[in-house]
Amino acid sequence: METLIGLLVAAPLLGAGVLLTGGKRLDRVGHWIGTLLALLSFVFGAVLFTNMLGKDADARTLNSHLFTWVPVDGFQADVGFQLDQLSMTFVLLITGVGTLIHIYSIGYMAHDERRRRFFGYLNLFLAAMLLLVVADNYFLLYAGWEGVGLASYLLIGFWQHKPSAATAAKKAFIVNRVGDIGLSVAIMLMFTTFGSFAFNQVLPQAQQASTTQHATITGIGFMLLLAACGKSAQVPLQSWLGDAMEGPTPVSALIHAATMVTAGVYLITRSGAIFNAAPDAQTAVVTVGAVTLLFGAIVGCAKDDIKKALAGSTMSQIGYMIMAAGLGPIGYVFAIMHLVTHGFFKAGLFLGAGSVMHGMNDEVDMRRYGGLRKYMPVTFVTFGLGYLAIIGFPGLSGFFSKDKIIEAAFAKGGTEGWILGGAALLGAAITAFYMTRVMLMTFFGEKRWQPDAEGHEPHPHESPSSMTIPMIILAFGSVFAGAFFSINDRFLKWLEPVTGHSEGDSPVSAGTVTGATMVCLVVGVGIAWLIYGRRPVPAVAPRGSLATRAARRDLYQDDFNHVVLVRGGEHLTRSLVYLDHSLVDGVVNGTAASVGGLSGRLRKLQNGYVRSYAVSMLGGTAVLVAATLLMRAV
Amino acid sequence: MSASSVHSLWTTAAPVADKFPTPHIEYAQLSPVLIVLGAAALGVLVEAFLPRRSRYTAQVALAALGLAAAFAAIVALADKGYGTTKAHIAAMGAVAVDGPALFLQGTILLVGFVAIFTFAERRLDPRAHGNQVDSFAAQGSAVPGSDQEKAAVRAGFTSTEVFPLLMFAVGGMLIFPAANDLLTLFVALEVFSLPLYILCALARRNRLMSQEAAVKYFLLGAFSSAFLLFGIALLYGYAGTVSYSGISSVIDGTAPMNPALADTTGNDALLLIGLAMVAMGLLFKVGAVPFHMWTPDVYQGAPTPVTGFMASATKVAAFGALLRLLYVVLPGMRWDWRPVMWGVAILTMLAGAVIAVTQTDVKRLLAYSSIAHAGFILAGVIATTPDGISSVLFYLAAYSFVTLGAFAVVTLVRDAGGEATHLSRWAGLGRRSPLVAAVFAVFLLAFAGIPLTSGFAGKFAVFTAAAQGGAMPLVIVGVISSAIAAFFYIRVIVLMFFSEPKPDGPTVAVPSLMTSTAIAVGVAVTLVLGLAPQYFLDLADKAGIFVR
Repeated sequence: METLIGLLVAAPLLGAGVLLTGGKRLDRVGHWIGTLLALLSFVFGAVLFTNMLGKDADARTLNSHLFTWVPVDGFQADVGFQLDQLSMTFVLLITGVGTLIHIYSIGYMAHDERRRRFFGYLNLFLAAMLLLVVADNYFLLYAGWEGVGLASYLLIGFWQHKPSAATAAKKAFIVNRVGDIGLSVAIMLMFTTFGSFAFNQVLPQAQQASTTQHATITGIGFMLLLAACGKSAQVPLQSWLGDAMEGPTPVSALIHAATMVTAGVYLITRSGAIFNAAPDAQTAVVTVGAVTLLFGAIVGCAKDDIKKALAGSTMSQIGYMIMAAGLGPIGYVFAIMHLVTHGFFKAGLFLGAGSVMHGMNDEVDMRRYGGLRKYMPVTFVTFGLGYLAIIGFPGLSGFFSKDKIIEAAFAKGGTEGWILGGAALLGAAITAFYMTRVMLMTFFGEKRWQPDAEGHEPHPHESPSSMTIPMIILAFGSVFAGAFFSINDRFLKWLEPVTGHSEGDSPVSAGTVTGATMVCLVVGVGIAWLIYGRRPVPAVAPRGSLATRAARRDLYQDDFNHVVLVRGGEHLTRSLVYLDHSLVDGVVNGTAASVGGLSGRLRKLQNGYVRSYAVSMLGGTAVLVAATLLMRAV
Repeated sequence: MSASSVHSLWTTAAPVADKFPTPHIEYAQLSPVLIVLGAAALGVLVEAFLPRRSRYTAQVALAALGLAAAFAAIVALADKGYGTTKAHIAAMGAVAVDGPALFLQGTILLVGFVAIFTFAERRLDPRAHGNQVDSFAAQGSAVPGSDQEKAAVRAGFTSTEVFPLLMFAVGGMLIFPAANDLLTLFVALEVFSLPLYILCALARRNRLMSQEAAVKYFLLGAFSSAFLLFGIALLYGYAGTVSYSGISSVIDGTAPMNPALADTTGNDALLLIGLAMVAMGLLFKVGAVPFHMWTPDVYQGAPTPVTGFMASATKVAAFGALLRLLYVVLPGMRWDWRPVMWGVAILTMLAGAVIAVTQTDVKRLLAYSSIAHAGFILAGVIATTPDGISSVLFYLAAYSFVTLGAFAVVTLVRDAGGEATHLSRWAGLGRRSPLVAAVFAVFLLAFAGIPLTSGFAGKFAVFTAAAQGGAMPLVIVGVISSAIAAFFYIRVIVLMFFSEPKPDGPTVAVPSLMTSTAIAVGVAVTLVLGLAPQYFLDLADKAGIFVR
């Protein structure tokens, strides 16, 4: 069984290696190789899962030590895997959704001449993401963390001929680097404090040392949060996710909705012991989560680009997860549960959006959609189910998982509980609003199609079955996963041995919370219907209020970054360049010139006459003798 | 000198009171030296009795066999434990058989063996009147440009005498680092120096320059030998003996006083002046500043195969002798000689690196580079720790093969006038002969001490030892000099690979298997010692103990 963990990672890695080095001769079969290896990885995951189910809840962790990576005295970094319930959940999500999206991509990328390379990158992503979640130490986790960052960069910029895609890829990479610095600093702090990278060394020690090493542990917590912010697009490192939609839609579905962006949630949940020991860091986590869930939702309301609207939604939903994870043992389980259900419905929504774009000449502006339900019935139904799931329609996945998070937020207790719970409820209302808006603008109302730049009238049509089947499967998940997890607290019992759980102390009853959520849902949907359902949607966006314009511009996040960071950075680099030219180059060139000059002068001593050589030897000997004598005298 | 003191000169080594003893010679332990010198003597007979046509083959075979057999003898001795547990002093106290001696002798033999291949190369020079010729003068005694020379060339003469000369030089070099008394040291010095003087004069091309180099080398060598000899006399005056252990025990104050020499024994002025002069003689051979000035002129003028041999093997032998002198004779004098040697090392490293920057001839460039390297090795010598000894041993082994290989490459790049050694002629070589240029680049990177080459491993070992021995300033100067040196090494690489080739540039001659083998061995040793140095570092470590 232990070797299977390695194979789990190795299968997609092999695929990436073969596809990226195989050359053109693999063009015709490349996508099949990639999909097959993803499927194989899923099968390994399923086998491991069944094996795990056969064991007692407390004895389910599998460990496998592969080899010692850095065998330096006092600095031991291992390549070893740890597969427990938390990793297992991720493994199934990653390989399951990953496989579906591989299948979807076969159809979606059918006309792309670089399809083989695309599948190679997808496999690379799978391998890195799996490495991230099955690593048994932070050092190896970091390797996976950087690996997914690389894959994300390559895939966002996959259509590198588009300058916007290249820029978006760079932006994502650079913003992620800021987060990565957080992770590397955290890991260094862990090593200097606890002398190890391994989860089973660091985490218990962090728990014990919560009083003696309080400041350090809080520092580690903040650095981990910074890392999570970068990878999971949380405020203040959220700016890259919207632009990342430049990548092909399957990428947005897999990496920038279902899996990679949730790595931050994984990191915080995995490092639960550290955060439990650092309440200040936990407060920061819930603050970031609450702010982001509102931020993303507000941005999502104003976007006319269907993928960017969904991206705002992703940001917001991950905000929920981060907030839940920041609540400590009250919220860990629900953070992960929402992560999984979100994986289903958000991937489904993105695939639906991709299907719409596929039928609409790659048009992304929702103001040019409208009335598509008749032309794309399958897409409409699956997208609609995903929509119902995300807004928390009773009985569907999102209802169960989001409701639990809102309950947990109230259960935090005190003023904090009220603020967080209120933010979560408000977020639910806004979610209902913007998702209804997306739904109405895309599938209902009059058709507002326009010919594209080359004058082709769009002919909306249903997508091929390679695309619709994954959408249908994901729709099943969107509908039933929540109920399946919640009945008998199945998910709670599954994950509790790893993350721990406590009920907290809620000032309001669960029924009240559910009722309030329902009210918010109805209000959100109602307002959206009033604006976008009852009245025709203008084909050109109206100027909008100040708030709308701010939301359209992502609440001025890029402007802020530009003024504060880019300008500031430019000034800094300019002055450094000046310093480099005048001072550093001056010193370097001056040194070189003086060495050259000295060399030229010394060279003249070598005049070719034996007599002068002999004199120098004589002089040298005299000095040698004198110096030796002098040394004794001194 | 009175009769009694002359007498005691011969008897202090083995204090049997009044009878002249029958010397006791351990032939087995001296077999490496004896084999090499025997082969050299046989070579002379070959010159005398074999017809000219068959001499070349016979000489090459004889020399190669001799060196191989001697190396086998070294391995056998080391295997029997003479390098470690059974190390002792043979031949009535004259020659030490211990770890450093065996290690250095082994290195010299291997270097000599590879050098034979470059000596025996006959494919590079264009045929003279239908005869294959090598890098050596048709007839050394013929005046350059004379009718006699022309006749010799026309007859297809070659100087096969170079092989016995090489063997004599190797024989002397084998004794030099093993010499355990000052007289043996001096004799060994002359035994290997005289053949080298002659070899330097034997270039086929640019004969006048070659002869000038030889005369310079001879004059300055004789000059330095005089100092050495005078130093030996002074040390004898101080200690009343020429044996290393004897002098050492006088310095320590543990030796019984020889009444006949009571006047001078223990006179520190004699000791210090003698020490400085003996050191000078050895520093001359290693090419340390300010006794380095012969190096560029001689390296440039000598036939390139000889330069390669001289630059590597002489350094090994001379540093071996210097190590033994400082570690066996003068450990008690550490505080006197260390500061002075510090100065020499610093000057050597800096001067070698700095002057090399403006060189325009590849052979002169390598000469200055060898001066800088002598400085680096000195830094290890001065460490006065066991690590210092072993790091120097390793460095010498690594450096000698890089040097041999680099000079072998120089012999390949030729134009109508023979070897094209002016650096401007090397521009764009990498475009036309990528393999040769790449090989030369490997050697240059090794000289510069870039990781994954033997140069890095050696430099690292030497500097680490020096730092541990408390010579941090030396290490700092060493690193700065390395940086300066890297400039001109890399500059040659840039020149070869990133400059446009000249239309009338030199061609790379296709060598026979001989030079190819020599270069291949050089590259292989450079890479193996760079990639997996541990085995050889351990070997040097094990060999790093002098017998007293």
